[in-house]
Amino acid sequence: MIVTFLDIVIAGLLMGGIYALIAVGLSLQYGVARVLNIAHGEFIMLGAFGTWMLYKMVGINPLITLAMCGPVLFLIGFFLHKTLFRSLLASSASADIFEGRSLLASFGLLFIIQNIAILTWGADIKSYSYLNYGVNLAGALFAANRLVTLLFAVVISAAFYLFLAFTRLGKAIRAAAQDPRTAGLMGVNINKVLALCFGFGALMAGFAGGLLSMRYPITATMGMEYTIIAIIVVVLGGLGSIVGSFIGGFLLGIIGSIVTYIEPGLALVAYYVIFILLLLARPTGILGK
Amino acid sequence: MDITTFTSKRSLVSGSVILIIFIVLITVPLYAPGYAAILLSSILMYVILTISWVMFSGPTGYMSLAPAAFFGVGIYASAIIGGKLPFPIVVGIGGLASFCLALLVGALTLRLRGIYFAIFTFGLVMLMAHSLLFWELHVTGTRGRFVIVMGYNTIYYYLLGISMLLLLTSYLIRRSKYGLALQSIGQEEDAAAHTGVNVTMLKVTIFAISAFFMGAAGAVMATKWTYIDPFIAFNPFYSFMPVVMAIFGGMGQLYGPIIGAAILTYLEEFLITKFAEVYMLIFGTILVIAILYLHDGLVGLIQKWRRRIWGERYANT
Repeated sequence: MIVTFLDIVIAGLLMGGIYALIAVGLSLQYGVARVLNIAHGEFIMLGAFGTWMLYKMVGINPLITLAMCGPVLFLIGFFLHKTLFRSLLASSASADIFEGRSLLASFGLLFIIQNIAILTWGADIKSYSYLNYGVNLAGALFAANRLVTLLFAVVISAAFYLFLAFTRLGKAIRAAAQDPRTAGLMGVNINKVLALCFGFGALMAGFAGGLLSMRYPITATMGMEYTIIAIIVVVLGGLGSIVGSFIGGFLLGIIGSIVTYIEPGLALVAYYVIFILLLLARPTGILGK
Repeated sequence: MDITTFTSKRSLVSGSVILIIFIVLITVPLYAPGYAAILLSSILMYVILTISWVMFSGPTGYMSLAPAAFFGVGIYASAIIGGKLPFPIVVGIGGLASFCLALLVGALTLRLRGIYFAIFTFGLVMLMAHSLLFWELHVTGTRGRFVIVMGYNTIYYYLLGISMLLLLTSYLIRRSKYGLALQSIGQEEDAAAHTGVNVTMLKVTIFAISAFFMGAAGAVMATKWTYIDPFIAFNPFYSFMPVVMAIFGGMGQLYGPIIGAAILTYLEEFLITKFAEVYMLIFGTILVIAILYLHDGLVGLIQKWRRRIWGERYANT
């Protein structure tokens, strides 16, 4: 009984690490740049396909690819904000209007990125095998790639948290999240900070995509599922709270793992039920203001 | 010429234009080949979804992503009771089921503001799709259902009837005091409540009325598709399409969303059979461009050009 329970919790933590990483990225884009990026999952998909392509064609180790795909996606995100979202921000009368319009614009991006991916790589399922052997952990057997992805997800999230907490740029980002106007008056280059945050969000998505591709088969249409999970986790942790997203990711991973153990078909239903109850009871999330 | 005869002349002109369009639409199946009715049915379906969406979300500014949920409820109503009851009653029940769902959802959620309302309504669509799929797989033991087929012309006339009713309702709401109250909610909800508008009541009612038409349209469209499953019925695409069409056409005038729906549906019909990916790519690009540059949609653009060519008709007040 206790052993099964431990199995379930560990499996949940293994999944939760990726959820946390995805959600931290979205949280950054929403919490600071105020873009609820529906195309977040498409950046994950791009990261996954980049890793797959480099591994299959050139034979580069997926863990090394992380350091290549991430920066490329960062640049894409950075320039997307510099061009598209910045002109939206400039032409929107209020913050609410900007949120609505940027949500729709990111929905357009979803279609553009997804269909370019289908036209380039086709719509079929791709996969590769990496670190695919069992590791005995306290009596339970786990695939090595799952442990590696958890480790990387935690290290990346923690490193990012330290960056936010202790560097000058991190302080500027936190200030911009609290009050962009005042932060601007205090000498923060607000447009640059917002674009950087959007880029960091894309970077996280790219890392998460690379890690996901080691564990699961990938398709060009995989993004939406992860976007929805990210939105749920972000709402669970409190919109805009990085630590909340991190905790929320693990929480949702464990909940998913428990529900899957009881009835596999109900995992997604359970996510939505939690999500809807949460929005009704406490829309600000577990760590929201 | 004094101003009253001038305006009555204008309304006479626009009235007769509407009448002529209406007669043409009614007689289309008599002289045009079958494809015209099919294409017009698709356009009418999106017109209904878009106008219903604009009815609530246009003036209030609450971005509802629930159309797919209401549309899907209509589809499922038609799949479950279709064939057992006369078709007009099936369509009515489809609409009423959506109406009730919207009352419930509206009463629960319309206190959520801004982005929370949008995510909630979107979550609702996905929740319904996944719960229904689970129900179908584990309780009824099937994945999808077959729907009694109707003739193309029947579908066309039903959709035409629903859209006429919807346009009339929408027009009447727009020019009534409720229309003004809705706009005041969109501009400043607290102020609207202070001036004596029963904010919650009004929002929930209009939300439910708009859902009625989406559900009725779903009940009719189900008979066109013959086979449905939870992910066909509750496809999030039907939540986003009305939003895009409304923004593309322009929400300032009642005919803006109609133009947007007609153009984008034609584009869809034209491209989707041969180049589905290219269509979605174009669709995404149009969406981004429309949001960036078309603030008041196509109608706003046309009005701007007209003003530039003929000059201002009225003084700026």
